[in-house]
Amino acid sequence: MSLILDRRTALRGAVQGMAVAIGLPLLDIFLDGNGQAMAATGAPVPVRFGTWFWGLGVNPPRWFPNKIGADYDLKEELSPIAPLKHKINILGDFSLPLDGKPNLPHTSGGVGIRTGMAIASDRGLPAPSFDVLIGDVIGTRTRFRSLEVSATGDPRNSLSGRGNGNLNPAEVSPAALYARIFGTGFRDPNSATFTPDPAVLARRSVLSGVNEQRQALEARLGASDRQRLDQYFTSLRQLEKQLDVELTKPDPMLGCVVPGTVPDRPINAEIENVMENHKIMTDLLVMALACDNTRVFNMNFNNGASSLTRIGSTITHHQLTHEEVLDNRLGYQPEATFFVNKCMEAWVYFIQAMDAVKEGDGTLLDNSLVFAHSETEFAKFHTIDNIPMMTAGAAGGRLRTGLHVAGGGTPVSRVGLTLQQIMGVPVDRWGAESLETNMPIRELLV
Amino acid sequence: MTVFVPKRPRLARVVGAVAVILGLASCAVDKAPQTATAEASFSLLGEPLGEIVALRRLTEDQYRNSIADIFGPDIKVAGRFEPIVRPAHELISTGAAASTISPAGLEQFDSMGRNIAAQVMSEPNRLQFMSCVPRDAAAPDPACAAKMLVPIGRYLFRRPLTEGEVASYVKMAGDAVANNGSFHGGLELALGAMLVSPQFLYVIESAEPDPDHAGGLRLDSYSRASRLSFLLWNTTPNEALLQAAASKRLMDDAGLAEMAQRMVQSSRLEDGVRAFFADMLLFEKFAEMAKDQIVYPRFNPDVAAALPEQMLRMIVDHLVTQKGDYRDLFTSRRTFINRALGPLYQVKVSASQGWVPYEFAPGDERSGLLGQAGFLALYSHSGRSSPTLRGRAIRELLLCQPVPNPPGNVNFTAVQDVNSKLMPTARMRLDAHNSDPVCAACHKITDPLGLPLEKFDGIGASRPNENGALINTYGMFEGADFLGNVGLGKAMASSPSTTECVAGRAFQYATGRAPDEEGSTTTAIEQNFATQGYRIQALFLRVATMPEAYRIAPTPPKESVVAMAARNSSTMGLYP
Repeated sequence: MSLILDRRTALRGAVQGMAVAIGLPLLDIFLDGNGQAMAATGAPVPVRFGTWFWGLGVNPPRWFPNKIGADYDLKEELSPIAPLKHKINILGDFSLPLDGKPNLPHTSGGVGIRTGMAIASDRGLPAPSFDVLIGDVIGTRTRFRSLEVSATGDPRNSLSGRGNGNLNPAEVSPAALYARIFGTGFRDPNSATFTPDPAVLARRSVLSGVNEQRQALEARLGASDRQRLDQYFTSLRQLEKQLDVELTKPDPMLGCVVPGTVPDRPINAEIENVMENHKIMTDLLVMALACDNTRVFNMNFNNGASSLTRIGSTITHHQLTHEEVLDNRLGYQPEATFFVNKCMEAWVYFIQAMDAVKEGDGTLLDNSLVFAHSETEFAKFHTIDNIPMMTAGAAGGRLRTGLHVAGGGTPVSRVGLTLQQIMGVPVDRWGAESLETNMPIRELLV
Repeated sequence: MTVFVPKRPRLARVVGAVAVILGLASCAVDKAPQTATAEASFSLLGEPLGEIVALRRLTEDQYRNSIADIFGPDIKVAGRFEPIVRPAHELISTGAAASTISPAGLEQFDSMGRNIAAQVMSEPNRLQFMSCVPRDAAAPDPACAAKMLVPIGRYLFRRPLTEGEVASYVKMAGDAVANNGSFHGGLELALGAMLVSPQFLYVIESAEPDPDHAGGLRLDSYSRASRLSFLLWNTTPNEALLQAAASKRLMDDAGLAEMAQRMVQSSRLEDGVRAFFADMLLFEKFAEMAKDQIVYPRFNPDVAAALPEQMLRMIVDHLVTQKGDYRDLFTSRRTFINRALGPLYQVKVSASQGWVPYEFAPGDERSGLLGQAGFLALYSHSGRSSPTLRGRAIRELLLCQPVPNPPGNVNFTAVQDVNSKLMPTARMRLDAHNSDPVCAACHKITDPLGLPLEKFDGIGASRPNENGALINTYGMFEGADFLGNVGLGKAMASSPSTTECVAGRAFQYATGRAPDEEGSTTTAIEQNFATQGYRIQALFLRVATMPEAYRIAPTPPKESVVAMAARNSSTMGLYP
């Protein structure tokens, strides 16, 4: 075997699951003087947005720092983030008022954070999740408007969608995710030559033909189905955009290294398997971002009522949070906490993978805003105030980092409002009823 | 146009119309098949399409069955289907009537559609679908393209195409030749476009003014054909149905009844009954079912795959093949078994392949639908049984009685320890848990129906005791008490809630309407079901023909909302 490892070889190693942190220098020749714009086109380095979800919260006293502001302390459960602490904000002490609606276990919290609404019954996203609204602004020029992934199986494990019966289903298989991103239709942005594929050109015009049938259909519609047909044509438009992107010569992206194929793997909720699938899909997703095939993503590590299992255990993570006895000596439930620690381990893997891709004088993580959150504060009691949340990355310099922000009991919708504003969504007021707010979190704004 | 023979007036009119819109003078009709089928399949829609009253997304099975029926079973459907979200306490069928298609979902439908189109248009295959040869294989040939797309479009859209649609798809096929230089490549793209069109992905129900109800609407002829076909056979309307629709026979009660009667008598009813029960019994959950390998070494992927199939075989055999009474489904000792299930059931299965009928001995604890390992395993935890999950499933799925969610702030501190020496059985642990009156209120609803099944473990295997202790299988339902699964089955069979539930579900399944929209119809359906000896054929016939199912109220029904994605899994694990 040759001892010469080129960048590609090295990255392939990482993609196949070895925990190797590799710096991939984005050659300066591709950047202009200040390192923030691509020299070839003058286009700025894209800023990405994504979410990273984990279910069942934390043990609050073992997770939240005591110190507010910069240089916050790291307790046991948050200690894995130490290497990247300066790029991470901790958000706590925000509230999720329900205005008399029931607390639907494992549903109200996640949906409330994403939509700024307390839902009345277990009936789907009541409105667009804010990642979709951000995607409408930053995701329109890439091949995929967004990519949704679930490491625990179940394509319905997703908190992203437009509401009204629409949910963006999650990709659950590493091999399928690979095929979707790097299979047919993928154009290496760093390839020297570019010829528009005539087959894609033909498909593009065919889709316009389908789009032209819209009017005839709409003329026959009653009010109730109009929205659903609109959603169909929005999806169709996105498909057309995807082809437009394939027909345009991409800007070079030197962080982009096409990974090797991924084998078929089991898809289930057994924790070690989930960790491995999460790793592989993280690496693929990171490359999809580095290759600018998408600028928006939603990674779901586990689900709200976590179905994670551990070999030999008769019950799931979720049941453990309710049924395991609080260990009086430890002050927490050790078996359930095992899974909390796994979630944090996976989160750190995710942001380290993003931070390992160099872009200009920073990293892919620096040019991104990743919002991590759970759906409960303390799962044993289904509490939804003070749900643990984090951001990672500086959104290309638009976000202050390294802070512990305490909301002082103000509505959690402030987080969604702030992140939308940072990502360029023209919104000054967001949320419904007691969650309606026009107060962004000023500490975070640059 | 003189080529068209007057003996085939419909064909002449239609192909003539095609030629007119394309501005063409000739077409090689002489090669057209001479059958009535071919004639009908060339007709265009002569009247404007009616108002859309429902958009029901095809389920995965309906999509697959449609492709197999239209293009043959050799055409492979490869891809991932965007799941249709099930609204709380409803059917996927009603979810399909409120379902949208996301960008990621459409991307998948597009790639599946192109893949199917490529197979259909590949060298040997396409001969079956083409009745003409293009003048030049590297140039557009609108007439020949229309001859392929018009009949196929009629099957895919479940009605004849309109002139505008034919023009549009023929143009797509022609334009594409400029890019890929192949007539057949152009057709492939146009076919792919049909397969990603909302006209195919949604069963579009449209309506016309109802002469019997001023101001109201009723489903039009082609929508009725689709309704019958998807309800009874879970697939796209065949030639006979499309022709019946064209002749308006389905608009009068007698014609509709005659057609429905014929379809109910067919063995293909099996597909409809399977799809209905898979929907009613939440079979999508089997895909997520996980069992712990250490606790249940006998559980493996073959067993997992066999469990839902065994239930469906039992259901179909009893209801369709034997024409049995629905109530007896809960007491029947007949089922089917395969090699994979042998060890779980402790039964020697001699057949190395496939399924064989099996009858449990009289008095065997294992009888009825609830004694099937699939039901018992699905409503259990990954490493142990759950009387609460089983009881809740019986209440919600088989009796249509929703059980409230546990309160959000419930404290489980007093709950169970599966290895407890003091409380070796689930009943004892639940009793301890239920010392809290807040919990007891709901467990009273669920547990008396789940505890009788405790002699079956978390994968549905029989067990004489739990942690060495005897299992008490006492249960109670509607004031009567009983022991074990056999007693439970009898109680279920004699409860009117059981038959009312399936009757209501059948109506919702047929119409896609949410339960709160059905009003008093369920009672009427149930009464008819009773007089017909609770035969599934009678029930399906009834919901397929009752005028109420085809009537659209003057005010559009309120839009139903769809349940949260993770709902089922989010609440399920909460029960002990």
